[in-house]
Amino acid sequence: MSNVRVLVGTRKGAFILTSDGTREKWDVSGPHFAGWEIYHLKGSTADPNRIYASQTSGWFGQIIQRSDDGGQTWFQPGTPAGEPNTTPEGMPKGESNKFVYDTSDETGKPLTTHQWYDGTPHPWEFKRVWHLEPSPDDPDTVYAGVEDAALFRSTDGGQTWQELSGLRGHGTGSQWQPGAGGLCLHSILLDPRNRERIFVAISAAGAFRTDDGGATWKAINQGLHSEYIPDPTAEIGHCVHHIALHPGNSNVLFMQKHWDVMRSNDAGDSWHEVSGNLPTDFGFVIDVHAHEPDTIYVVPIKSDSEHYPPDGKLRVYRSRSGGNEWEALTNGLPQSNCYVNVLRDAMAIDSLDSCGVYFGTTGGQVYASPDAGDTWAPIVRDLPAVLSVEVQTLT
Amino acid sequence: MILVVLPAHLRALAGITRAVELEIDGEATRRSILDALEARYPMLRGTIRDHVAGERRPLLRFFACGEDVTHEPADAPLPQAIASGAEPFFIVGAIAGG
Repeated sequence: MSNVRVLVGTRKGAFILTSDGTREKWDVSGPHFAGWEIYHLKGSTADPNRIYASQTSGWFGQIIQRSDDGGQTWFQPGTPAGEPNTTPEGMPKGESNKFVYDTSDETGKPLTTHQWYDGTPHPWEFKRVWHLEPSPDDPDTVYAGVEDAALFRSTDGGQTWQELSGLRGHGTGSQWQPGAGGLCLHSILLDPRNRERIFVAISAAGAFRTDDGGATWKAINQGLHSEYIPDPTAEIGHCVHHIALHPGNSNVLFMQKHWDVMRSNDAGDSWHEVSGNLPTDFGFVIDVHAHEPDTIYVVPIKSDSEHYPPDGKLRVYRSRSGGNEWEALTNGLPQSNCYVNVLRDAMAIDSLDSCGVYFGTTGGQVYASPDAGDTWAPIVRDLPAVLSVEVQTLT
Repeated sequence: MILVVLPAHLRALAGITRAVELEIDGEATRRSILDALEARYPMLRGTIRDHVAGERRPLLRFFACGEDVTHEPADAPLPQAIASGAEPFFIVGAIAGG
């Protein structure tokens, strides 16, 4: 029988929740890395025992952690305790947390500034890793989306990281501005049908695509409309909160923008709004059913200043038509006095026959639905504020 | 022998529970202490000083013999009591809430 492993990043550590395929009884382990912000954990589909974690601190900076045994033990890749600090070739270790922007002449267009909130030039400053995306083919290859926004890749299991600088240097980078959460690259989608194609999203710059493995990039924001920027239909400047796709239909993208739920049928070349009958089209998460490419999920949030569900009712909305027509899913979710938020990377979907949907809240609850959203129950109620949720389906 | 006291989170990262004892060639300065510390515990690289410029992370402070030496030059000699190990060199996380 299959099992599931839910990886939860919180403001004060990581938690790992495991269950069998019924998803009724759960074991909870953690906190791992107690006291640290864990922005994201994600397992490799090529080797499910391989999990990467982003551990950060305002005091001590960025740490990359890796597990090779499904989250039981962790280490900083490249720096096992007690080992020499150089390799036999004399190369320094201790570089797993070294994220250095590429400003070399060889790679083209080194950038020195992006825009600050007030429009003034601001130097690029690495702050943290928001999202880790392991390659589906190779457990040692993993991508990192960082703040200030850039995309890095490691091909040695997280020991060293290199920027894919064509993204920052593609032409609009000097105009990017941070959103309220910072200038962060938070979404990375590796096209399962085309290994050369990667989609990323940046707050508050927009969505971008490469078709050559990360060398060159283009902005893919046509059709987005954002009233809060001087030119609402500008090429960049849109506060994209999250993007998602179904692996079997990767030309179709779904987006939760700051306001508006959007859909693209042409790999991001153009977008149209599918907010339909949602009670509010502000929100952070968006995700796609494991087996139904046109079934999508969002959690509407009241507004950009009121970061909680409308009417104090925590409702997941599901569309079975790829948008526009939405139904509220409430069975098992609090329907009064609920004022939590669900952050952009805090929803995940397993791939069991009746697919499970999971999300975490800033109130520390992690909810699970074993029946594609029809019914819900909390796995845990009292974690620190949840930053991210991922799930592994283990056979 | 020089004693270095680390914040709890850095002790956890380095896999130690007590003060670090370091041998240093030459003069005891903040730079020589941090160089020796990072050589012995490479997992701490980047957590006290950034990788590229080698500058102190903004929310860390350094104390020696009850004095705040955070803003002293990195190569300034530290007191003899630090160099001899009679007093520990403190690396402290700034009080910043959270």
